[in-house]
Amino acid sequence: MGCGKSNAFPYGELIWTHRKGGSTIFKFFAHRQNPLLWIYSSQVKLLDKMEFSVMSFLSNALDWVRVAFDVPFARAVVFGVHIGGHLVVEALLVIVILFLLLQKSYKLPQRPLSETEIDELCEDWVPDSLIPPLTEGIKYEPPILDSAAGPHAIINGKDVVNFASANYLGLIGHEKLHESCTAALEKYGLGSCGPRGFYGTIDVHLDCEERIAKFLGTPDSILYSYGISTMFSAIPAFCKKGDIIVADEGVHWGIQNGLYLSKSTIVYFKHNDMESLENALEKITRENKRATKLRRYIVVEAIYQNSGQIAPLNMIVKLKENYRFRVLLDESNSFGVLGDSGRGLSEHYGVPVEKIDIITAAMGYALATDGGFCTGSVRVVDHQRLSSSGYVFSASLPPYLASAAITAIDVLEENPHLVTKLKQNIALLVEGLSDVPGLSVASNPQSPIVFLRLKHTTYSFKNDLQLLEDIANLMLKEDSVFVVASKRIVKESCSFGAVRLHLTGYFLIVIAFCPAAGSSSVLQLLP
Amino acid sequence: MITIPYLTALSTYISYGLLFAFGQFRDFFRKVIDWWKNSSNLEQGYAPICLGLEDFYVRRLYLRIQDCFGRPIASAPDAWFDVVERYSTDNNKTLKRTTKLSRCLNLGSYNYLGFAAADEYCTPRVIDSLKKFSASTCSARVDGGTTRLHTELEECVANFVGKPAAMVTGMGYVTNSAILPVLMGKGSLIISDSLNHNSIVNGARGSGATIRVFLHNTPSHLEQVLREQIAEGQPRTHRPWKKIMVVVEGIYSMEGELCKLPEIIAVCKKYKAYMYLDEAHSIGAIGKTGRGVCELLGVDPADVDIMMGTFTKSFGSCGGYIAASKELIDYLKYTCPAHLYATSIPPPAAQQIISAIRVILGEDGSSRGAQKLARIRENSNFFRSELQKMGFEVLGDNDSPVMPIMLYNPGKIPAFSRECLKKNVAVVTVAFPATPLLLARARICISASHTREDLIKALEVISEVGDLVGIKYFPAEPKKQQLECRVKLD
Repeated sequence: MGCGKSNAFPYGELIWTHRKGGSTIFKFFAHRQNPLLWIYSSQVKLLDKMEFSVMSFLSNALDWVRVAFDVPFARAVVFGVHIGGHLVVEALLVIVILFLLLQKSYKLPQRPLSETEIDELCEDWVPDSLIPPLTEGIKYEPPILDSAAGPHAIINGKDVVNFASANYLGLIGHEKLHESCTAALEKYGLGSCGPRGFYGTIDVHLDCEERIAKFLGTPDSILYSYGISTMFSAIPAFCKKGDIIVADEGVHWGIQNGLYLSKSTIVYFKHNDMESLENALEKITRENKRATKLRRYIVVEAIYQNSGQIAPLNMIVKLKENYRFRVLLDESNSFGVLGDSGRGLSEHYGVPVEKIDIITAAMGYALATDGGFCTGSVRVVDHQRLSSSGYVFSASLPPYLASAAITAIDVLEENPHLVTKLKQNIALLVEGLSDVPGLSVASNPQSPIVFLRLKHTTYSFKNDLQLLEDIANLMLKEDSVFVVASKRIVKESCSFGAVRLHLTGYFLIVIAFCPAAGSSSVLQLLP
Repeated sequence: MITIPYLTALSTYISYGLLFAFGQFRDFFRKVIDWWKNSSNLEQGYAPICLGLEDFYVRRLYLRIQDCFGRPIASAPDAWFDVVERYSTDNNKTLKRTTKLSRCLNLGSYNYLGFAAADEYCTPRVIDSLKKFSASTCSARVDGGTTRLHTELEECVANFVGKPAAMVTGMGYVTNSAILPVLMGKGSLIISDSLNHNSIVNGARGSGATIRVFLHNTPSHLEQVLREQIAEGQPRTHRPWKKIMVVVEGIYSMEGELCKLPEIIAVCKKYKAYMYLDEAHSIGAIGKTGRGVCELLGVDPADVDIMMGTFTKSFGSCGGYIAASKELIDYLKYTCPAHLYATSIPPPAAQQIISAIRVILGEDGSSRGAQKLARIRENSNFFRSELQKMGFEVLGDNDSPVMPIMLYNPGKIPAFSRECLKKNVAVVTVAFPATPLLLARARICISASHTREDLIKALEVISEVGDLVGIKYFPAEPKKQQLECRVKLD
């Protein structure tokens, strides 16, 4: 056996065959005249020699195997099974396979760092400084008030008309509020000294919650101790990982922080654009068929804090009923402002308030106190009492602010003409400001926050902001009118932690309010 | 470390197991009954607010003992206050108020220096500031919410704490949640103690940085974690970390322990990590002049990079502060969302803090501040040593005004709370999820307005109730009179 090869090498064909296990045919056609072929053929000759020695070794080994086959036991019959020689080989193969399987797979040898190496790494590591270096533009000194932030304030000894505080109904400095606050301070002291679960619930808190629920017409409500924490505690209480939230792009920081903390899937739609909202809802409903286990929410604000637009509630409610989403509405700037008696966006559009699942609001705007509340059905409110982190793990609202809130709602309910006066002031202001040279009104004409945008931008955020701040400073110095340019967090990558900011430019913010004798000072603003 | 005796652990597990089993039975029957009645739901097509077992604990365990939590009061949370009685007609699912009040001794409110009620120095000034600046400013700090009081307050706080500058926000919870995301971002590491407060956890999560936890109050484990993390770098990419920050608290409110500050600062300095100290419970309550855990443990405030605290506990007000170097505070004033978007701290609250600090430092011309500080120290040490003599298992270090008494068994929680209320002592009981499952406890907060008689009455009541409920896990020390009697007989 072994191989057969022709001896016509190197002139002619060269065929190698192996009889056992297949045949390898190597055809080599040589030509007498080609020197390259001669070199190649000499190499082949060398290989041939090696091959010959290998083959002879193999043949010897196989002879031994054949001897093993003829061993007596190889022909034995065990348990009725005729053991042929091949069974021995197969048994050996099985043993080898088992042995290989039980071996650990080859891994790169792990060499953990030694102590000295870790020491070296620790010494070499240099941390970044905690804050980036401060540039000149960062330093901004807000004007310091020497009096209450009412319609007229005192800044630097001068009496200015204050268009920068969100005092929509003019309740700052109201007599009744001061009386109730003083009484509460004398009875309860200032702070409440404990969270709501541990003796921080004072009867004024429960009274305030009942009053708010009665005013809005909802079953129940819950009080939070700070305006901005209302939204970012309420959203993670309801939305967990895996839920879907459709939110407006231009919601304020509190809501964005809440959305990030909830770890749900968030889909943004274009600011105040109902078509974009419908497309987003359609897409989500198509992609997720298992509707029963998934909670879905739409998050909008009534009057957007960053742009002054008003959300069209009637269309949102229609979409929500169509696609079965729950609506979370933030009414911070519209409570006490919209609607005939100040009950907010639902009254403004004539939508029954039961259709909105969760309403939150910060009380630091129209009601001239601090804190926030959230209302809805009993189930919604009860759930927050144990799972909303800003409610459970934080001290409760100071009792004097709760009693101030109750008095403010009483005043609002008794005097609905405050709301109409505010609307008249807003109309007057917007009309007067719409033909100011160089600035245009960028917010909804019914919104009490009036956003003025530069007609001809310099296409650079920094310069725009500088220009607007200069305008504001000039107005304060020369005309004794206090307005502010909107501030945004300007970090290099425009993302704050993991929260998106909707930068559309900078605005000059003028806040309309309803003072006792406001119209004259409003006219003063016009050039 | 709390070591729970085996028998108690067994009985606690059995109790929770029984409660769980009963809860599951009732859930099953609820499902059957609902299917039977097939009640038409307005919410067809909407997923329920809580799915499956998410609110099992609330529905089946917490609601049974709901009357022990959230008790309303009708007066200031001073040493003695009026607790409103409540009744329930549907087995504790809803509680209704009555007009009856019961005057109880307050062992639950955070009133360390006794500023909770109307104070003779503070309250008139607060009412003056209310008249001048009104109840709220209705705007953010940068938009016209900064009054003269706010700048005065920030200087006052910076001086009191011992740092160059300070910044004040309207709520302590928001301070943590809004500062940590500004300072730390992706690519940074936050190492926090395993028992840190929920606000720190939320702030750390909201920042987008990687979070690692080290064993409670164990500087050696902190060092181990730091070494590993610096050597490994960021997960998956192994790039070096941008910054590392270690977050600890001054007094841990569920354990009453002080943090081992000098050792932890030594570790941080060695590995060049930044240090963030949350002094919510310790500022104003400990230390010779009330300056917090740094003063008590002899640590220089300049060694701690950022000091944070709240005004709710010792100063009887609301709000939180951050104290650090001038550049850091300037940067935060420009970038922190609590400063840019949230309403500023109400002016009466600011005035209360300024007046309270003046009283503590003795700048009001009297020695009330020093008396209060001495009294709270005496009260805490006396109360703690008496409780330990009686055989209760009390946690916490000396000088700390927070003392948890271990209950362990879930049945003892409502028993202790209700029995104490019957005897006119109001205590706070805490269970899962604020503490680990097995380690339920009652937490006592001592105040400077408690007199010696109040404390002795409280000790009597707690001892009686402790015998009734069976929580004296340690052998009581024999009383001195018994020893004298024995000697006489001999």
